[in-house]
Amino acid sequence: MAEVAPNARFDPEEAAATRRHFWSRFLVYAVLTLFAVVYLVPLLVVIFNSLREQSEIARNGLISVPRSFRFDAWAQAWGSYCVSGTCEGMKRNFFNSLAMTIPATIISTILGAMNGYILSKWRFRGSELIFNLMLLGVFMPGQISLMPWAFLLGKLGLTNSTYGLVLIHVVQGISFTTLFCRNFYVSIPDDLIKAARIDGAGFWRIFRKIILPLSPPILIVTVIWQFTGIWNEYLFGVVFTSGQQQPITAALVALTAGGTTARAYDVMSAAVLIGALPPLLIYLFGGKYFVRGLTQGAIK
Amino acid sequence: MSTHDLIVPAAAAAARPWRERLGTMVPILVLAPSIAASFIYVFVFTFWTLYISLSNSSLLPTYGFVGLDNYASLWANRRWNIAYTNLFLFSGFYIVGSMAVGLLLAIAIDQRVRGEAVWRTIFLYPLAVSFIVTGTVWSWLYNPVDGIQAFVRGLGWTDFSFALTANRNTAIYAVIITGIWQSSGFAMALFLAGLRSVDPDLVKAAQIDGASVFRTYRRVILPTIAPIFLAVAVIQIQFAIKTFDLVAALTRGGPGVSTTFPAIYVYDLMFQRGQIGEGAAAAMMMLAAVAVVLVPYSLWIVWRRRAEGRNG
Amino acid sequence: MSALMIRNLHKSYGSLEILAGINLEAKTGEFVALVGPSGCGKSTLLAMIAGLETVTSGEIWIGDRLVNSVRPKDRDIAMVFQSYALYPTMTVRQNITFGMESRGVPKAAQAEAVQRVAALLQIEQLLKRKPGQLSGGQRQRVAMGRALVRDPKLFLFDEPLSNLDAKLRVDMRTEIKKLHHRVGKTTVYVTHDQVEAMTLASRIAVMNQGSVQQFDTPKRIYDRPTNMFVAGFMGSPAMNFIPARLTGSTSISVRAADGSDASLALAAPMSAGAPKDVVLGIRPEHIYRFTTDLKSRKPAVASMQAPVELVEPTGAETLAVLRLGDLEITGRFEPDDAPVMGETITLGIDMSRACLFDPTTKALL
Repeated sequence: MAEVAPNARFDPEEAAATRRHFWSRFLVYAVLTLFAVVYLVPLLVVIFNSLREQSEIARNGLISVPRSFRFDAWAQAWGSYCVSGTCEGMKRNFFNSLAMTIPATIISTILGAMNGYILSKWRFRGSELIFNLMLLGVFMPGQISLMPWAFLLGKLGLTNSTYGLVLIHVVQGISFTTLFCRNFYVSIPDDLIKAARIDGAGFWRIFRKIILPLSPPILIVTVIWQFTGIWNEYLFGVVFTSGQQQPITAALVALTAGGTTARAYDVMSAAVLIGALPPLLIYLFGGKYFVRGLTQGAIK
Repeated sequence: MSTHDLIVPAAAAAARPWRERLGTMVPILVLAPSIAASFIYVFVFTFWTLYISLSNSSLLPTYGFVGLDNYASLWANRRWNIAYTNLFLFSGFYIVGSMAVGLLLAIAIDQRVRGEAVWRTIFLYPLAVSFIVTGTVWSWLYNPVDGIQAFVRGLGWTDFSFALTANRNTAIYAVIITGIWQSSGFAMALFLAGLRSVDPDLVKAAQIDGASVFRTYRRVILPTIAPIFLAVAVIQIQFAIKTFDLVAALTRGGPGVSTTFPAIYVYDLMFQRGQIGEGAAAAMMMLAAVAVVLVPYSLWIVWRRRAEGRNG
Repeated sequence: MSALMIRNLHKSYGSLEILAGINLEAKTGEFVALVGPSGCGKSTLLAMIAGLETVTSGEIWIGDRLVNSVRPKDRDIAMVFQSYALYPTMTVRQNITFGMESRGVPKAAQAEAVQRVAALLQIEQLLKRKPGQLSGGQRQRVAMGRALVRDPKLFLFDEPLSNLDAKLRVDMRTEIKKLHHRVGKTTVYVTHDQVEAMTLASRIAVMNQGSVQQFDTPKRIYDRPTNMFVAGFMGSPAMNFIPARLTGSTSISVRAADGSDASLALAAPMSAGAPKDVVLGIRPEHIYRFTTDLKSRKPAVASMQAPVELVEPTGAETLAVLRLGDLEITGRFEPDDAPVMGETITLGIDMSRACLFDPTTKALL
């Protein structure tokens, strides 16, 4: 690092310092590279296999440099692969997942923002208690609610329907979205609200004109968190829907469980990627907010 | 709006108290549906499941009270024993493993490396994809015929053996390794945030004090981020208790019942075997496990906040 | 022998130059203050002396050793940080002994050293506490204790008082001065507060934009600043700068409030090479109300008229803002003799204390 000035004297310490620096850097990058390989190999294997021919996979194994290249597996996985009798690939399940995730994300985020606003800026007697009650929802294992949901969805006629899953994810998601938004809104100075009230603004006006314009950072975090969480959810999907109504996670399990004979790794790889793509894209483009959501969700 | 304000008949003045009262009610009215939903979700559902767990429900919920019979038969069941033994085993290795890996990566990244964002993206991406995707892909990698074992043998090491998921005694370790792979990035993100919050002057002071890098981390930096260790551990224990997707996709509880977890067992009892009462009992045990972890943790957090409040 | 010697030191991050050829030295036992506005490079310079930043080029000598590539722990230095950097999870005692532990000093010697330092700083009763339970002043003492216990060749202070409130800052300043007298260690002290630098240092290096503007005793820096930056930075309220014309070798004229030119006699003749346009620098305390008595006491006093725009009594003294052409200048008056707002007074300017600067090079003439 230290470049030597032309008139500098000989410095015996410098060689040692340079050596120390080199080895410590080497160690750091070696560790990072090693783990990066471990983390990336599974992804690369799936990507490669979705593009390889099944016969080539069968011959050379899963982990191998691709020696063939085609998109057929993607087309099959998307539109024509047969799972338990129906040959429509994953596209229906993909759209099921979208139809479940998008409304559930939007509704739970709106509710969370309203709740957070009220619980931080319009406190009343017992509002802390209500907040803590909602917080408990974050920790509930889904298994506790399986039976009650089964009964309720039955009563509402929402069994085996995407709407039922939307309802479940909204109710379950309120805890998270409220938590995120409240913790964010708490950091907005109360004086801002007081000033607005003195200026004659009411509940809705303050929300629209003051809170909402300050909210994009937390709303992005909340939307990303909810979207990836709901998209990736499996338990409720597999319990409350079947066949054509299943979201993509449940369908993936059904698809990969299928053939006991020669496994169609090419199609399954493509299917797995189709299922992983939306959250991966969100992660790649909203990475900063994704990480912020993680850390905020953790510091409950 | 403006027309409203311009017309001020006597009736409007008389209506004001009513409108004002409504105004103060608005927040509560807006909050009400969420309160109701949360209340039902948290309390009604829990007591409902508790009640089912005390009933003789089998295929359908019935409400004949049988006391703790379901719990007794649950704890007498060999599979449940396997499930909670697995849970302990998994929790221990998974938490220690992912914290160790996460800490190592966080410390490495914290050494002012080039391309920090790239490294972070690589270590965190598994968190964005579902346990289903992770479990499915890793089940292929563990597959002795097609996966890692085949690959290494293909390289010339013909008696290499790596078939964790094919063996009852080792399948649980496949779940552990995959779990660590999926979520050490999470630990890394939290640790990194913690390391970044440490006053850089502390590190400099330790350097001047003559502490080695290792000693600086062990005595100065890591103790100051101790609360993060606890937070990571608590969150991961919760993950562990609720582990369902990962196992469902990776081993489906097998071979045999060797990788049964409580969450898997609840599902089986309720939806495969029609033993709803016992399934509800198992679900209640999961809730109890979560509570055992979270209640002391929350109390500690409250206590610490108060203590901090006192010291300013 | 000098305890610290810095030769032509450079620091840059890529193309960004932070330090541009610093030369500095501290004699054994000396107290050197580095002072300058934020971003002038003073903290970087200190960090380089400590070994916390690498050297781009140049040399740093501590004693008779070239330390450019020596690790901080081997430089025989101790440092007090702005944030104190007390290890939050350790007790005060552990904070003080941590360095000795790292060096493998025997337990008995550690205990003895802690005792000695704790007594010196009167923190014996705090040894069992954690930093979080200490007040700002106490933390400051502990931070100094941690540095003192090392008995180093060189003490480094990085704005150690800037986190304290005003009153405590003055008290701790006095204590640091007393301490330095008692231990007599060579000290380099970074601050942005020129009063701290003036009160503490035996020599001050005034820095700006990565270079040392002047390195001299506090008195020389205050009385004969080498350029307008140093003149403006040191002293509060700041020195008044008044554009003026040289009308002969011993007189200048300045534009007065009424637009006329007032002629002021210089205390000493200017050299022939001086530019025609100059800047007259005069400190507020060298502006008086003109009386014949003043003239007899201070023969170099020159007089001129100025209206009083504003008066700011501070108790011990009264500051008055005076109108001079397009300028406002500040004068410092005895409260009992202070001008009143709206009054036009005859100023007596002590020209023996005045500085003349070249307006283009900003240098002292």
